[in-house]
Amino acid sequence: MTDAAIPPGKPTPAAGAERTDRLRAGLKRRYAREGRFKLYGLLAIGVAVGFLLLLLGRIFDQGHTAFYAHTLTVPVYMDPARIDQAYPQGTNFEQLVAEQQLARLGIADDEQGTQSTAMRGLFSSELKFVAADLIRDRPALIGETVPIPAPLSDDADLYFKGEISRDTPADQRRLSDQQLAWLDGMKADGMVTSHFNSALFTKGDSTEPELAGVLGAVVGSALMLLVTALIALPLGVGAALYLEEFAPKGRITNLIEVNINNLAAVPSIIYGLLGLALFINWMHLPRASPLVGGLVLALMALPTIIIATRSSLKAVPPSIREAALAMGASKTQTLFHHTLPLAMPGVMTGAIISMAHALGETAPLLLIGMVSFVPGIPAGLSEPTGALPSLIYIWENASERAFHERTAAAIMVLLAFMIVMNAAAVLLRRRFERRW
Amino acid sequence: MTWFFLPILIVASIAAWFGARGLAERRQRGIHAHSRPAQFGAWALIWTAVPALVVLIAAAVFGPAIEGSLIMGGAPEAVSELDPLRRGAFFGDARAIGAGQPATQIWPAPYAELLPAEGARVAGIGRMLDLGTVVLAALAALLGALFVFSRIRPDMRARNRVEGWVVALLFVSSAVAVLTTVGIIASLVFDSLRFFASVPIFEFLFGTQWSPQTAIRADQVGSTGAFGALPLFAGTFLIMLIAMVVAAPVGLFAAIYLSEYAGPAFRATVKPVLEVLAGVPTVVYGFFAALTVGPAFREFFNGLGALLVGGPLDGIGQYLMLVQNQMALVAGAVMGIMLIPFVSSLSDDIINAVPQSLRDGSYAMGATKSETVKRVLLPAALPGVAGAMLLAMSRAIGETMIVTMAAGLAARLTLNPLDTVTTVTVQIVTLLTGDQEFNSPKTLAAFGLGLTLFLVTLALNIIAQRIVHTYRQQYD
Repeated sequence: MTDAAIPPGKPTPAAGAERTDRLRAGLKRRYAREGRFKLYGLLAIGVAVGFLLLLLGRIFDQGHTAFYAHTLTVPVYMDPARIDQAYPQGTNFEQLVAEQQLARLGIADDEQGTQSTAMRGLFSSELKFVAADLIRDRPALIGETVPIPAPLSDDADLYFKGEISRDTPADQRRLSDQQLAWLDGMKADGMVTSHFNSALFTKGDSTEPELAGVLGAVVGSALMLLVTALIALPLGVGAALYLEEFAPKGRITNLIEVNINNLAAVPSIIYGLLGLALFINWMHLPRASPLVGGLVLALMALPTIIIATRSSLKAVPPSIREAALAMGASKTQTLFHHTLPLAMPGVMTGAIISMAHALGETAPLLLIGMVSFVPGIPAGLSEPTGALPSLIYIWENASERAFHERTAAAIMVLLAFMIVMNAAAVLLRRRFERRW
Repeated sequence: MTWFFLPILIVASIAAWFGARGLAERRQRGIHAHSRPAQFGAWALIWTAVPALVVLIAAAVFGPAIEGSLIMGGAPEAVSELDPLRRGAFFGDARAIGAGQPATQIWPAPYAELLPAEGARVAGIGRMLDLGTVVLAALAALLGALFVFSRIRPDMRARNRVEGWVVALLFVSSAVAVLTTVGIIASLVFDSLRFFASVPIFEFLFGTQWSPQTAIRADQVGSTGAFGALPLFAGTFLIMLIAMVVAAPVGLFAAIYLSEYAGPAFRATVKPVLEVLAGVPTVVYGFFAALTVGPAFREFFNGLGALLVGGPLDGIGQYLMLVQNQMALVAGAVMGIMLIPFVSSLSDDIINAVPQSLRDGSYAMGATKSETVKRVLLPAALPGVAGAMLLAMSRAIGETMIVTMAAGLAARLTLNPLDTVTTVTVQIVTLLTGDQEFNSPKTLAAFGLGLTLFLVTLALNIIAQRIVHTYRQQYD
């Protein structure tokens, strides 16, 4: 390739041919190396993309079963001897139903009530509330036989979903052979129906998987994001405006800039420590409340919003500013009438993306107390609440197997929210982005 | 009562806006004025709202102290003689009775008789302070509004005044960002100092025993050596190392392929995919690591162990048979995958910053693309890539959820990737998520760990940003 490779003196034809061969061979080697290198690059991308598909596939695979559930509709004889009409909530409907079901099958309960306990294990404690509500509303039903629909217990539900297999040895299985036989019988009698699991979206957290839902966490996350947006957006945009348009360029501004860049890279758990020390221990704000969570997330989102706002302000060409100033507008007028409106799509895009990021943030929430079980749906900013990511963490740690599929379902809900937010940001960018 | 005042203040401020605007409009009619009526309106709004808000905030900050001293000042002798804790409980109950609620405890003879009278007195003081706050705030708002309304003249430079306020407001917002840093450092240092008062800093940094759970009882054996954080640092380092072994080559190769080989269509599809990977919350990675990768790795190694048992590598086989779900390798590998998009997008930017002329020169000499990358681009981009790797390392050290869900709790001084290790972030979460006294060394240790984590990541970030900054300037 270079002159240095040519030997001194006149090249003989034979030497020339040999050299061409050598170069050809070298070229072949080099092209092979080139191909390999390119392949490594493709492989690297393949690893990343493949992993993403694996991750999403696994989550769908584990979670899709949580979107449907099985209901047991069991005929219940509302025994007047067992039901106190004045206080129907006090009735042990579960035992009542279990005994009647056993009687129907012709099985006698033993001294310890082993059989009825096993039967009771097949349906959810929700049955009690459904029945009690029915009697309270229509006391006339006492003495009648009424079909009562209630969720199956989590294990029975898993059996119908194929998660608990008959092939597993009985001692490693949560349901005994007898219970499985009973379930098959109920299924054959048409008592078990499968339907969309609406509890997942209409209920708060619960210790019983079949009654647990994500609504409480979704509301908690929404309240938190509301606080975050209300605080971080004005502060972040204000800070960016000051730094970009008003701050005298010098050491102090430079220091603030370095500071903000570093804040953006501080591990999120440190913000959790800050929130714990500042908002909870010092300011005595209520633990695990959306208020504290929102404040912590706002501090986290602040640097990102500042950086995004500054870069979209920088993208507005100076000619716009100069034209406004030349028409006699003041600096502030130029900014608020011209520069900021033009930069707004970029600002909003950055803000939405940082909100989506804040939505998925978990570690700081654990430190401000959002690891404890919170039933129900939060009603205010200062009440203890859960959040979607912390709910995922709590459910992942739960021992009941039925929580695993619900964890994956909660992840799908979280990802769906994030996808919607990011899609909104992309649309905003596509729709309003201007190239100067 | 003060909360009741806020809506009134908002309405009053808006009224001031309209009033001042109308007045300015009337006075400016036919005159060439300096400022527009709306600017007078904004000026009046600011001067109505801000003084009243200052009063309200001052009342919220200083009110409790003033109330406390007033209550103490008029307290009967028997109550003043109580120790502070009992006294606080007494006034707490007095307040409850003043508000018409029952007391929380039964008080002995002299206090029980005092309670109703004290309750009335405490409630009176509270009412008086509330009323005083509201009157003062209303007065401040009125004076502020008067100040503006007396100055509505055509030659008044209201616009400049308002703009001064606006810039001040913007300045305050940017100060919050700085205050956040101050707050982080203050809260970490303050509680860490209290921790290091009970555990020597040298022992914390270099001790090899970490068992905060057993250090609750002072007479326990080993309670003095229980806060040696070296195993945590080792675990953090090990997981970071594994993550970088995965993320560095894969991220770098992906970046090289995207910037040098890929066509625009390929780039346009792969880049969003990488962004999605970057946007997946870490708790999702943690779930995946704990329930999918962990069991899969355990099964693989247990199976491998079963093959080796009885052969020449029997010892290794026995060990592999016992490997658990929670190993450093699982957390590290998944964290590495999480870091791929981070490394690749940073490296992509850096490789793109290398001037085209360097590539063209290399191609003109007959070099292939890969030779150009290896001999020209990478050496030129080396400082930038190194900076990107440092940033990724800082991310890996500070990452919490993946390790909390997949790495385990056993503090072990080991570099074996198949062992269960624990990290600094896992321990912070573990120490602070139980029910505990806040002032015990156990919880304060979390702040000591947090300070260490903050300082290390800060140092890495500053060095990395410095490197990347200098690198970019080189080619600008």
